[in-house]
Amino acid sequence: MAEIFWWVIFPYIAFAILILGSFYRYAFRGISWYAPSTEIFEKRWLRIGSTFFHWGIIFAFIGHVMGILIPRSFYLSIGVSDHLYHFFAILGGAIPGLMVVFGLLVMLVRKLSIPSVQVHTTFAEYYTIILLLLVAGIGTYMTIIFNTTVVAYEYRATIGPWFRSLFVFQPQYQLMSDVPFIFRLHVVLSFLLFASIPFTQLIHMFSFPGRYPFRAPQQYRARDGYKNSRP
Amino acid sequence: MRIKAQVAMVMHLDKCIGCHTCSVTCKNVWTNRPGMEYVWFNNVETRPGPGYPKEWENTDRYKGGWTLRNGRLHLRAGGPVAKLANIFYNPNMADLSDFYEPWTYDFEHLHKAPSKEHLPVARPKSTITGKYMDKPEWGPNWDDDLAGGSEVVPMDPNVRKLQEHIAMEYEKTFMMYLPRICEHCLNPSCVASCPTGALYKRDEDGIVLVDQEACRGWRFCQNGCPYHKVYYNWNTHKAEKCNFCYPRTEAGLPTICSETCVGRIRYIGVVLYDADRVKKAASVEDPKDLYEAQLSVFLDPQDPEVIERALEAGINRSWIDSAQQSPIYKMAMKWKIALPLHPEYRTLPMVWYVPPLSPIMNHLTNEHDLSADGYIPAVDQMRIPMEYLASILSADDTSVIRRVLLKMAAMRVHMRDKSVGGMDEMKKSKLLQEAGTTVEELEDMARLLAVSKYNERFVIPTGRREMDEDLHYKRGACSIEELAPPEGMVTYPFERGDTP
Ligand code: HEM
Ligand code: SF4
Ligand code: SF4
Repeated sequence: MAEIFWWVIFPYIAFAILILGSFYRYAFRGISWYAPSTEIFEKRWLRIGSTFFHWGIIFAFIGHVMGILIPRSFYLSIGVSDHLYHFFAILGGAIPGLMVVFGLLVMLVRKLSIPSVQVHTTFAEYYTIILLLLVAGIGTYMTIIFNTTVVAYEYRATIGPWFRSLFVFQPQYQLMSDVPFIFRLHVVLSFLLFASIPFTQLIHMFSFPGRYPFRAPQQYRARDGYKNSRP
Repeated sequence: MRIKAQVAMVMHLDKCIGCHTCSVTCKNVWTNRPGMEYVWFNNVETRPGPGYPKEWENTDRYKGGWTLRNGRLHLRAGGPVAKLANIFYNPNMADLSDFYEPWTYDFEHLHKAPSKEHLPVARPKSTITGKYMDKPEWGPNWDDDLAGGSEVVPMDPNVRKLQEHIAMEYEKTFMMYLPRICEHCLNPSCVASCPTGALYKRDEDGIVLVDQEACRGWRFCQNGCPYHKVYYNWNTHKAEKCNFCYPRTEAGLPTICSETCVGRIRYIGVVLYDADRVKKAASVEDPKDLYEAQLSVFLDPQDPEVIERALEAGINRSWIDSAQQSPIYKMAMKWKIALPLHPEYRTLPMVWYVPPLSPIMNHLTNEHDLSADGYIPAVDQMRIPMEYLASILSADDTSVIRRVLLKMAAMRVHMRDKSVGGMDEMKKSKLLQEAGTTVEELEDMARLLAVSKYNERFVIPTGRREMDEDLHYKRGACSIEELAPPEGMVTYPFERGDTP
């Protein structure tokens, strides 16, 4: 039963909260949708913390796509052996992981120690950073220490197929039963993080302004707002 | 030709007394709330001085405005791709130390302090941290009237550029006031800097606004504006800026800073321009040509063809009428005595400045029988160095400043002759010739600059809401309009429809 809860019910609830919560926030709390910048108060530490963290998390995201979403058979078919894969996965996971953890630590210390930043930090922001730190810290530990000292765990045979099975609504929770505890903890905390997104400033990641390079530099708008002046 | 109307302002610096009434009324109306304590949509700075925020003119540091590379305009802080790569941390943004840490005073203490030998004091308390501040070290107009003198004046980027050493001895110093608001530029770099497209220029009147619901707080506009007139509200995490008091101008009233201006230095009116010429005007090679290029985008509101095309473009008749009586058109385009602030930023700013006259450095020895022509060299010896004014108002072209100052001096000489006499005839003087003007023009100028009344200084057509297409809808709009606006529930990220 517990298996079904953790690997079927909980993930779906988390996704449902993420999707419905984000829509709700967009539609009814739209004015609170922003990147939580504190740069106006402090720049030097932010530069280090934010830059390391964000670039790290972008690479970590790419790494997760490569490890979890892309199946093992694909790598084998293009001639990437398991050994080769793990060599690069450990290297490619360790660097972003360390960047993320380091960036988060800098951001956390900055929040605690710089008075003008500290007074404006909310509970949700501490919660976000600490949860991110847990997820990223465990993830980095798995990559660097567990994989090299205990066993180079083949998550592409268990966690990967299970995660993909969620999206076709045929959850294969049995796959998760033999996964090492530390990996399961990472997964559960990640889903908790996903469910937290609509209630924290993490929603800013959905606003990445990717259209910017393609739009006209100058923007004109008519006052009544119901018609665009430019075709 | 794509005709657009623009509300614009002229500030006649000769009349500014540096009283800050404009700043205070603006603050009370717009920025008197948490997150905006440090913000002054209107500020008046003593020049020479660092300004607000400190060194805002230092484009090497804040990287505001446009530069020309291979004949093409580029944002100085980097284009869209560079910006997206820097989105996690904006290296060029000013922080609070460049503005100041705002504070209030602990007034409660004055009421509650027990009786003691010494009078109680209200200690300064930061409105950022809520903690007492032992010693505020910078604040709004900390450097007013050259306070801080030789320590503060060299922080002025224009001063650093001056060739000759500027004297800080009391007898030789100079100063002037520079009131500043957002310029509501024709080629606004703040708009181009916004990754989300939250900033926009209004079609009807050219006012540049921030869509508070679209703004995501990426903060590139703040330093993207070379005049540093977009501000980050740390409370709402959105950018805010001067909105030209559009709720007032739409009702035909002047902005609050203009309404309350004690020196009556401000003028507001409509100008018509050709939006298709803007890019070209902003891209001329030599910065010194930018002033003339900027003038070339405006259209003569008396020209029948312009009127016809303006009507075709949907510009209301009352707006055209206003454009014809516009004090801005007279001062900036016809008489050319009002100049754009830092034209070299290539944003085509729409707040124009009449440069101030200043006392003459050397005594005029023969004042009693001074001829009109005797004022020609006087203009070159004024206390505010012409290079300094040129550095602010004409991209270092002193000939532009000289011509305006000559015109202003000629106006004074002529009006003095008219009211007290004793001058030789203006009509034949070399002064009139060098200033490139006529007696009639001087008299018109004197009227507008010195004695014009409220409705001559402010010629503002109302917002013509009756022309809005959705008025019928609004009249019958239902109480859940907020939930179900006529354009549909979710508009972003899709284009808004053309629904009436
Ligand atoms: C992909 C696009 C993203 C963009 C453009 C972006 C941008 C930003 C910006 C501009 C800030 C404000 C920094 C400041 O000035 O204080 C910020 C803060 C933050 N971001 Fe992101 N971000 C993105 C993705 C993410 C993701 C995926 C996460 C986490 C999973 C994340 C977590 C955070 C956190 C925790 C902060 C707060 C930092 C602090 O308060 O010190 N961001 N982000
Ligand atoms: S002066 Fe105003 S319109 Fe011009 S760039 Fe700055 S904020 Fe934008
Ligand atoms: S109110 Fe008028 S005179 Fe006073 S500082 Fe402002 S612009 Fe100058």
